[in-house]
Amino acid sequence: MRDTFIRTTGALLDDDPRTAVVIADISAAQFAAVARAHPDRFINVGIREQLMVSVAGGLALTGLRPYVHSYAPFLVDRAYEQIKLDLDHQGVGAVLVSIGASYDASEEGRTHQSPGDVALIDSLDGAWTVHVPGHPDEVPRLLRAAATHDDPVYVRLSSQTNTTGYPDATGLRVLRRGRAATVVAVGPMLDPVLAATEGLDVTVAYTHTPRPFDTAGLRAVTGDAVLLVEPYLAGTSARVVADALADRPHRLLSLGVTRTDLRRYGTPADHQRWHGLDPVALRQKLTEFAGPRL
Amino acid sequence: MTVTTTRPARPPQLMAALRRVTGDEKHAPAAISTLDVLWVLYDRVLRVDPDRADDPDRDRFLLSKGHGPAAFYAVLATTGFIPLDWLDDLAGPDSRLGHHPDRMLVPGVEISSGSLGHGLPIAVGTALGLRAQGLTRPHVYVLVGDAELDEGSNHEAIAYAGATGLDNLTVVVVDNQSATHGWPGGIGVRFAANGWAASTVDGRDHEELAAALPVRWPGRPSVVVARVEPYGQE
Repeated sequence: MRDTFIRTTGALLDDDPRTAVVIADISAAQFAAVARAHPDRFINVGIREQLMVSVAGGLALTGLRPYVHSYAPFLVDRAYEQIKLDLDHQGVGAVLVSIGASYDASEEGRTHQSPGDVALIDSLDGAWTVHVPGHPDEVPRLLRAAATHDDPVYVRLSSQTNTTGYPDATGLRVLRRGRAATVVAVGPMLDPVLAATEGLDVTVAYTHTPRPFDTAGLRAVTGDAVLLVEPYLAGTSARVVADALADRPHRLLSLGVTRTDLRRYGTPADHQRWHGLDPVALRQKLTEFAGPRL
Repeated sequence: MTVTTTRPARPPQLMAALRRVTGDEKHAPAAISTLDVLWVLYDRVLRVDPDRADDPDRDRFLLSKGHGPAAFYAVLATTGFIPLDWLDDLAGPDSRLGHHPDRMLVPGVEISSGSLGHGLPIAVGTALGLRAQGLTRPHVYVLVGDAELDEGSNHEAIAYAGATGLDNLTVVVVDNQSATHGWPGGIGVRFAANGWAASTVDGRDHEELAAALPVRWPGRPSVVVARVEPYGQE
């Protein structure tokens, strides 16, 4: 996904004189050719993430459309007040593009992991669009669409990817239909969800864009039981789903990354398992949740 | 030519405006540390016009030290950016003027500020954005306080702007010696270490301010340290 991002953003700088890129050393080597081609609109501030986001705010105030990129914990967690004040409170937007996600950097430890990024973005003004692509094929269109307006956008890239991309899954895209429950998979959670629900009588719906959440689509495909599976902090979208279904009796189980600092290394697959997001654990939780209906 | 180096009279209409914001106190308004810097900037330095407040070619003034904005509001009213009667209801329920300025509510305010250490980093982005669009006339000024320099985010900006020779940027540090741990060696030295052109002036002397603020150094950002009475001893 990072390679797709760098290719697409480089082409955007070529095509659209309004676009700019701001980084803080992360991905500098991969962007070297882009930096040479656009010395005024490709800005590497060094290892200064607060400045990176503030600079984006300043660029946007002059009418440019900045793309801001780093590892998720440095882009969102570390520079949160700059996102809140130097973008949102100034009334300007930017396109924040992170890599690393919740545990792509499993061997690096907690410092390089950001399970809470989407929850932090969710605490801001409701104008944010959040994309969590599950496949590289989904990335270019999202990045190009973000250049056509000035609103704030967060794109959460990950090295965890699904087998198949669904570029049109901005709203909920129904991949299986069943009766016992609706399972909503966000981004890279789709493949584990498809494996977990194999042979079960459930609806599976997928989106790469949890904000704004496709509430109309959810209402259309949901009976009275929703299992939400997100690749970031568990419960991040529970509020949105609960609001969408407030007028009808329903049950909701929200799964995602737990709040535990595991203090373990290993692979992303290990972390997925330790957080209960592997197919075996998901199937067990779904079976308990939907019970005798399955 | 006669140069007056004693404190020149501040215009009566400015002081009247200031009294409307602060509630007619006799002493406090004149002691506001930023008053003279702000007035000289708007009266003699900045290329800004209330009738063309969104002109892309205007100079940008960013008030980073957003707390205590009474002098800023008084200057904006005196120079025609906002109506004088807005000054009478500071931070009221229907007021556009709060204790920290909001650019979405007040014409002529370039940034919303309050939390310290944001104005200078945003100003770096503004200066880069102007340069990238070939806008070579506008200059970016940002006002910070000496205590505000405690915030580490400023030092990210100082290092970067110096290293990249961002010469369409001028920082004015209003120094009332209120930083808890001080700036040993002086504030100008802190900037000069990163390649900035630094000067220090009397922050109450309009002629010194008017002479120092427009000075440009090709290939280097500038800092003007404007010294005023130490905080608490005005």
